[in-house]
Amino acid sequence: MSLALIAALPFLGALLPGLAIRAGRNACAASAGSVTLLALILLALKVPTVLAGGVVHTRVDWLPALGLNANFMLDGLGLLFALMILGIGLLIILYARFYLETTDPMGQFYVFLMLFQGAMLGIVLSDNILLLLIFWELTSLSSFLLIGYWKHLPEGRQGARMALAVTGGGGLFLIAGLLILGGIVGSYDLTMILAQKDAIQASDWYLPALILILLGAFTKSAQFPFHFWLPHAMAAPTPVSAYLHSATMVKAGIYLMARLWPVLAGTPEWFWIVATAGLVTMVLGAGIAFFKDDLKAVLAFSTVSHLGLITMLLGFGTKAAATVAVFHIINHATFKAALFMSAGIVDHAAHTRDLSRLGGLRKLMPVTFGIVLLASLSMAGIPPLNGFLSKELMLEEAAHTTWISPWAMGLLATTGALFSVAYSFRLLAHGFLGPPRTDYPAMPHDPGAGLWSAPAFLVLLVVLIGVFPMATAAWLVDAAAGAVTGQPVAVEIHHWHGLGSAALWMSLTATGGGLLMLGAFPRLRAVWGAAPRPEAKRLFDGLIEPLAAAARSLTGLVHNGSFNRAVAVAVLAIAGVSLWAFLGGSHAAGTRSLLPVDFTSLSVWGLMVAAALATPFLHRDRVVALLLTGVVGLLIAPLFAVFSAPDLALTQISVEVVTILLMLLALHFLPRTTPAESTFPRRLADAGIAAIAGLGIGWLAWAMLTRQPAFAPISHFHLAQSKPGAGGTNAVNTIIVDFRGYDTYGEIIVLGIAALVIFALSETLLRSPAVTRRLANLPRPREDGDRHPMMLVVATRFLLPMALMVGVYVYLRGHNLPGGGFVAGLVFAIAYLMQYMASGYEWSQARQRHDHHVLIGWGVLIASLCGVGAWVAGLPFLTSGFDYVHLWPLEEFELATAAIFDLGVFLCVLGAVLLALASLSRLALRTGEAPNTRPFDIDPAMRDR
Amino acid sequence: MEALLASLIGVLTFTGVYLLLRQRTFPVILGLTFLSYAVNLFLFAAGRLVVNAAPIIGRSQTYADPLPQALVLTAIVISFGMTAVMMILAVGGHLASGHDRVNTGDEPTEDAG
Repeated sequence: MSLALIAALPFLGALLPGLAIRAGRNACAASAGSVTLLALILLALKVPTVLAGGVVHTRVDWLPALGLNANFMLDGLGLLFALMILGIGLLIILYARFYLETTDPMGQFYVFLMLFQGAMLGIVLSDNILLLLIFWELTSLSSFLLIGYWKHLPEGRQGARMALAVTGGGGLFLIAGLLILGGIVGSYDLTMILAQKDAIQASDWYLPALILILLGAFTKSAQFPFHFWLPHAMAAPTPVSAYLHSATMVKAGIYLMARLWPVLAGTPEWFWIVATAGLVTMVLGAGIAFFKDDLKAVLAFSTVSHLGLITMLLGFGTKAAATVAVFHIINHATFKAALFMSAGIVDHAAHTRDLSRLGGLRKLMPVTFGIVLLASLSMAGIPPLNGFLSKELMLEEAAHTTWISPWAMGLLATTGALFSVAYSFRLLAHGFLGPPRTDYPAMPHDPGAGLWSAPAFLVLLVVLIGVFPMATAAWLVDAAAGAVTGQPVAVEIHHWHGLGSAALWMSLTATGGGLLMLGAFPRLRAVWGAAPRPEAKRLFDGLIEPLAAAARSLTGLVHNGSFNRAVAVAVLAIAGVSLWAFLGGSHAAGTRSLLPVDFTSLSVWGLMVAAALATPFLHRDRVVALLLTGVVGLLIAPLFAVFSAPDLALTQISVEVVTILLMLLALHFLPRTTPAESTFPRRLADAGIAAIAGLGIGWLAWAMLTRQPAFAPISHFHLAQSKPGAGGTNAVNTIIVDFRGYDTYGEIIVLGIAALVIFALSETLLRSPAVTRRLANLPRPREDGDRHPMMLVVATRFLLPMALMVGVYVYLRGHNLPGGGFVAGLVFAIAYLMQYMASGYEWSQARQRHDHHVLIGWGVLIASLCGVGAWVAGLPFLTSGFDYVHLWPLEEFELATAAIFDLGVFLCVLGAVLLALASLSRLALRTGEAPNTRPFDIDPAMRDR
Repeated sequence: MEALLASLIGVLTFTGVYLLLRQRTFPVILGLTFLSYAVNLFLFAAGRLVVNAAPIIGRSQTYADPLPQALVLTAIVISFGMTAVMMILAVGGHLASGHDRVNTGDEPTEDAG
């Protein structure tokens, strides 16, 4: 279970910051941090198992019939990524606490961050590719929220949209690719898939699957030609960039390639596609990075380049190259996250990230300079830092790989390394070296420890891994590379490989060349500026704009804003499909024996049909229409009673009362009549559509009622178990509170939410000046002087305790006889509503001790606690229990936990009904009617008449 | 008896759909109410019609199917919630825009107030 728990923790933790922000920014950050730390600790407990070569599995069957199971696994590769996600995540949480301004909604930020963290963690812990896909899509969605966090910036919104379009679009290809892969193997479990290398590579579907999967991975990991979204995503706040673009989001594609390496790699197709894309991306990204002025843009293209490097190594398809790739994943995450955070610090201090406006920060920001110096040197690949180690190994691999010609790969890799040195040094030279300037937008200074401690910690890792690679990183590389290649790996990392090593000379060339390039920067820059380049954003927009326009015109065609047309189309479409089904079926008459018609039923039927058919003719007078509706609604109750459904009869009659009251209240704010607008032919056409629907449904009901059910009803079980299983003789009630308690639980929550929606809408309306103006000017019909007649007030006072007593009685008998929480809640609500009607809202509200919201809250809470209580007894959620108690002098009676659940239902229904009606009543207070403070008063405006 | 219920369901559907096709909010909501009556009765009818057989254990020889009844019971209450939300939307729309039309494009050109 614990792996699933680790994956779930960030999602659960995402609930906290939004609440904790009310206790302050520190509490908010601490809530996110503590959850992450907890997940990290749980993960750390698994480390010994994984290092010993074991794989931790957690299997939770979800939809086994579809092969969709919540299976998690943790091996070396998963461990490496999970450590990075949680470890760097923790540092980002610390950094963001001090980075975000007081005007930024911090609670929201941490919620999004935790969601993203959970999605990433889910990807690397999934042992089922369908589950992995779900998490994959979640990273696209949550990163969209993070990149667009500063909603007021158009670049932020556009960057977020582009990132979503590219990575989400790639995700669609990935879905297809992984489904094919699962189809080849016959299982969606990664463990099964990873064992089927031969079957997969021999399959005709190997190449399509490979291309589709790589499209997903390349878009996510910003590989050429999909690299363009990453620099645009830099509009995000720096903590987001540091997190998404160093250790997590963009590494998801890398993770996927590494994960599927055992079954996909090793073929010429893999080598050519992956190694080539990686190589091109590495060289291109590094080249562009050199010319960028924005610190974050330099880092963004550098990230693109380093991702290319890792992709290329994975593309080589050899065990040694894959090992280097894994090692570089660690190194890149450490120095790049530190650099991103430092860029944020510079931005914070100098109010600019533009290299052409910076320079000389070395003296002004010594701490930041120290961090940037070490991290940049590592990025450039200068010994003895960790970037040097993996770069040397990479060059060595490249030198021995044949791509087009024996030396082309080595040459291009050296070029990439050379560019890398050039932009790293440029970042240092143009940002930090040189004399301090006088024209910074703001005077740069070192920030507090809160901001620099996170990057400082990472730089410490950069140095430690660089100096003692075997002691600090080799264990993790061995475990992860072992998992990638499926063979035991014992990596040897050294600083010195001897004069005979090709990498040494390539490295020296790169460093020297990089320095020369930096020296020639102004001239190169002039050439670069003059050269024509494709502008990715314009190309992207050019592609998206027509698509969006096409979607808009299609939407306009299908839905022109006419509700009536949409309803008519829907009704006719359903009727058409039904007709098609009807024509294909048998039309023999039903054989079920029918009940005889009695006079009472016939007269009730006649009344209802008459009322229903009169409504279309009389509906323009809305009060009349409402009364006719009420007639039909109330007469349904005896119908239920006759056909053996006393519970329904009770519910229907009480709901009907409440509904009619609500509508009467609403009519207060709406015109009393409906103008005659539609032409006669239109009305005839509408009647025709309605007749088709009515005939269809009526015929269907007739066909159903005259036949036996096609399958035996499952309710034999409910009837048989009602007494022995649930302890109640009212099978309807035991179904509601016990057998299908989960349904009911959901339903009362929906009802509560509906009431809260009504309340929120009425609040919004009351806050709008236009609405209050209209409310004050509503035409008021002439009313009688005594708004609250004494007779009514006195009568309802007497009725109140009796009505409440009836409610309690209905509630208590519910388990065994018709009644229960739903009906009791409605009876209580009607009892209170009578007071509101008789004595006015103001007077009654002043005597109402409990807020309606609180009733809803308590209702849901009690129902939830009742459900959770079953866990304490080791049973599934909402399992009920009951026992019989004998208390003298009472007869033996039954105590059931279902009654507690029903109490929750009762409170929720009561609260929801009252809140819905009270919200409407509150609007009435603005209509200029004088509020009443005494139970039976005379409207002052009417007094003198 | 079955014919009565089936025809009633048909008539309620007819009125419901006809009112749904009106251009103002209030009749549309009434139409929805009629349609919920029809749907609830239809669901209830899925248990077939029996008399004197309330599903109270020990009170009769045979029992009506309690499952459709339980489903319809919650459906009735949820219908109320839905009607209430529609009502406040209608009221809000009327107060905020000064008219109660349901189709966009049909709004009066002048703010009717």
